[in-house]
Amino acid sequence: MTPAVTARSLGLLSCHACGQLARPAPVALPRCPRCHAPLHDRKPASLATTWALTLAAMILFVPANTLPMMTTTSLGGSQQDTILSGVVFLWTSGSWPLAAVVFFASILVPLLKILALLYLAASVQRGSRVAPRARTRLYRMVEFIGRWSMLDIYVVTLLVALVRFQGLATVEAGPAALAFGGVVVLTMFAAMSFDPRLIWDPFTGDAETPDD
Amino acid sequence: MHHLRLPATVIACHDCDLLQHEPCLEPGRTARCVRCGAILARSPADSVDRSLALVVTAAVLYVLANVYPLVGLELQGRRVEVTQFGAVLSLWQEGMEPVAALVFVTAMAFPVLEVVMIAIVLVPLRLGRRAPGYARFYRLVRSVKPWGMIEVFLLGMLVSLVKLAHLASVILGVAFWATAALIVVLTFASRAFDPRLLWEQAEATP
Repeated sequence: MTPAVTARSLGLLSCHACGQLARPAPVALPRCPRCHAPLHDRKPASLATTWALTLAAMILFVPANTLPMMTTTSLGGSQQDTILSGVVFLWTSGSWPLAAVVFFASILVPLLKILALLYLAASVQRGSRVAPRARTRLYRMVEFIGRWSMLDIYVVTLLVALVRFQGLATVEAGPAALAFGGVVVLTMFAAMSFDPRLIWDPFTGDAETPDD
Repeated sequence: MHHLRLPATVIACHDCDLLQHEPCLEPGRTARCVRCGAILARSPADSVDRSLALVVTAAVLYVLANVYPLVGLELQGRRVEVTQFGAVLSLWQEGMEPVAALVFVTAMAFPVLEVVMIAIVLVPLRLGRRAPGYARFYRLVRSVKPWGMIEVFLLGMLVSLVKLAHLASVILGVAFWATAALIVVLTFASRAFDPRLLWEQAEATP
């Protein structure tokens, strides 16, 4: 096998938007000759941005799970639900497949996403040469599943809009909705700012594709 | 580093930066990076006509999904119905403005942007002309695409209906079914669309 030749090792930039390979003009902000997107060798300040956004998401993850997501007021009194107690309610009322879906989307996905981003950022920071293919796959998975954590935000939106029977039953959104929305948005931006090519930079010029 | 002349078919993998030849793909096939397995190129069959047809369908469904009520609830003779925008509005009025804005953007605004983009780009292409400013628009839509989450919204709707089923009787509205169909059509439309058409066109008509 021939040594791994990357665009960077030949001094080329590949356009993020359209994939065009270009030799950058010697100006401060080169642009793609084909679609005029700004060209970067790697995403600018990729690691620092990923760290900052992931840490911020970690902090918001705490209120998102401990504060009430919504308050239900009915004839029997009023009840506050966190994300977890919402899952428990679905489980005990017999809709356990749905309980599993909500548990996965609202608790497991954000948690695993934060952990995966921390691991990816830390391994790149150390210049790790361990399992690059698996790490790239992990990154693609993080990008793909992150959107499903919006689930609980939509549930609250619909419940608030639908359950408006004055005197009988009403639902109000709680402060956790704000924190939870923050977690979803921050982790999505964190995943977008991470550049998977950083995983592969230690291997430039290697003769063999590393094993998993 | 001496100057190398690269053949036009050489591309860099967007996930690992490895240079490799872009294979000539048969319609319907996908090429993957030899090193990291990322998708390098796709070649949708009959791209222009299929994406146009799907985009027109999506536009009709989008109107239905937003005009008609999504779901209704009936409790002791009283009935509440909501449209998608109505749901966003009531969250806004409750003082959850940032969350309402997030829902509006991800479930309503961004999903339709992709439809508009494909239409704006493809209609002139179909007529043999070049769309003005298409590159900038294409880039805009590419950057908002991850934020369109209409399928998650539909799942959220199902979860809330299960939660309400014990409390009141639930009526599924026209918009519910339109949204479900819209998700399917949107998926196929974005899969049928081949951005390489844009660049080929740009190079053919300077």
